Amino acid sequence: MKVGILQSRIRIEEKLIVRELESRGVELVPIPVEREVFRLGGAADGGRDWAALDVVLERCVSHSRALSALRMLETLGVPCVNAWKVGEVCGDKLATNLALVAAGVPVPAARVAFTPESALAAIEELGYPAVIKPAVGSWGRLLARVNDRDAAEAVLEHKATLGTYHHSIFYVQEHVEKGGRDLRVFVVGDEAICAIERRSDHWITNTARGAVASKRELDDELVAISLAAARAVGGGIVAIDLFETPAGYLVNEVNYTMEFRNSIEPTGVDIPAKIVDFVLAVGEGRELSALPAPPRAAAGVPS
Amino acid sequence: MTTTETTVACTECEAPVRIEADALAGEILACGSCGAELELVQLTPARLQLAPEVEEDWGE
Ligand SMILES: Nc1ncnc2c1ncn2[C@@H]1O[C@H](COP(=O)(O)OP(=O)(O)OP(=O)(O)O)[C@@H](O)[C@H]1O
Ligand SMILES: [Zn+2]
Repeated sequence: MKVGILQSRIRIEEKLIVRELESRGVELVPIPVEREVFRLGGAADGGRDWAALDVVLERCVSHSRALSALRMLETLGVPCVNAWKVGEVCGDKLATNLALVAAGVPVPAARVAFTPESALAAIEELGYPAVIKPAVGSWGRLLARVNDRDAAEAVLEHKATLGTYHHSIFYVQEHVEKGGRDLRVFVVGDEAICAIERRSDHWITNTARGAVASKRELDDELVAISLAAARAVGGGIVAIDLFETPAGYLVNEVNYTMEFRNSIEPTGVDIPAKIVDFVLAVGEGRELSALPAPPRAAAGVPS
Repeated sequence: MTTTETTVACTECEAPVRIEADALAGEILACGSCGAELELVQLTPARLQLAPEVEEDWGE
């Protein structure tokens, strides 16, 4: 079996995955996206023989590069984990929200507006505090919690003036009272393999921003909503970020190139091994890298 | 993977930076002397380069 790894920065996660793949005796083909020239004609074009790869695992830190590379590889017939369409949905908070809502998965209330004026109206509709986020972005960067109209006006003006055009797609969410923590459920294929909660004194609870992770026991509802969310974005290997509220769980976002270094020890689950199991299963044709889109509102969580 | 541990000079301050035996190309190393984030761009021979700044679309 030949397993390609689309990679840029080698983090602890990539080292753990590579070590695991090596222990399974498969042939590893690193594809460093920053140095690769993708010849669109494949081997006939004097490029790599992409068709010789049984499967490619995508582990890039750059969303735009990951997406373009996945698109090329899939078009050349290489099964990818995750699939291109999964990356397309998960990498964009607006697309994620649409997919989750279509599948009946509960999400925080959100609005999209294209000008600072209409965005302000959207925020006032949701009420304060509200959260403004870039539709594309991660690690909790450039998130703004605005507690009043003055702050909202200032953030919107700054985004419109200083940001690239992406920042004028204003994605606004209600601020969720989440009890100082958020939850992350790791889903591999059709299994929720483990979960953590991330606690912080700051309202942003990313471990990339210093939050502390601890094990979270899975319950039936958490598993059901997480699997529904995973299916809604197309399946594969994903991390579902949720808020727990008195009214139930809400799915905030789905990550398709998940980081897990802080989750192995507290959960006791060998996450790299689970990832590799799935990748090899896709390579052998035992698993699909992506599922067909669920029919509208059919994947709803049983209440 | 390299087989033995080596050291390479930091591109910023020239202090020796240790490359572990199980290092992989693409890995980020911090210079113990000046704190620069360095990318191991090549394994044999080991070559370091100042790591790129985090870009807007980077993440999980
Ligand atoms: N609407 C909200 N209400 C309350 N807290 C929020 C809200 N949105 C985000 N947060 C907090 O900020 C953190 C980061 O938010 P989010 O996951 O949307 O951003 P991100 O930059 O995409 O992060 P990630 O690294 O998980 O991709 C969340 O884990 C949560 O703690
Ligand atoms: Zn140095």
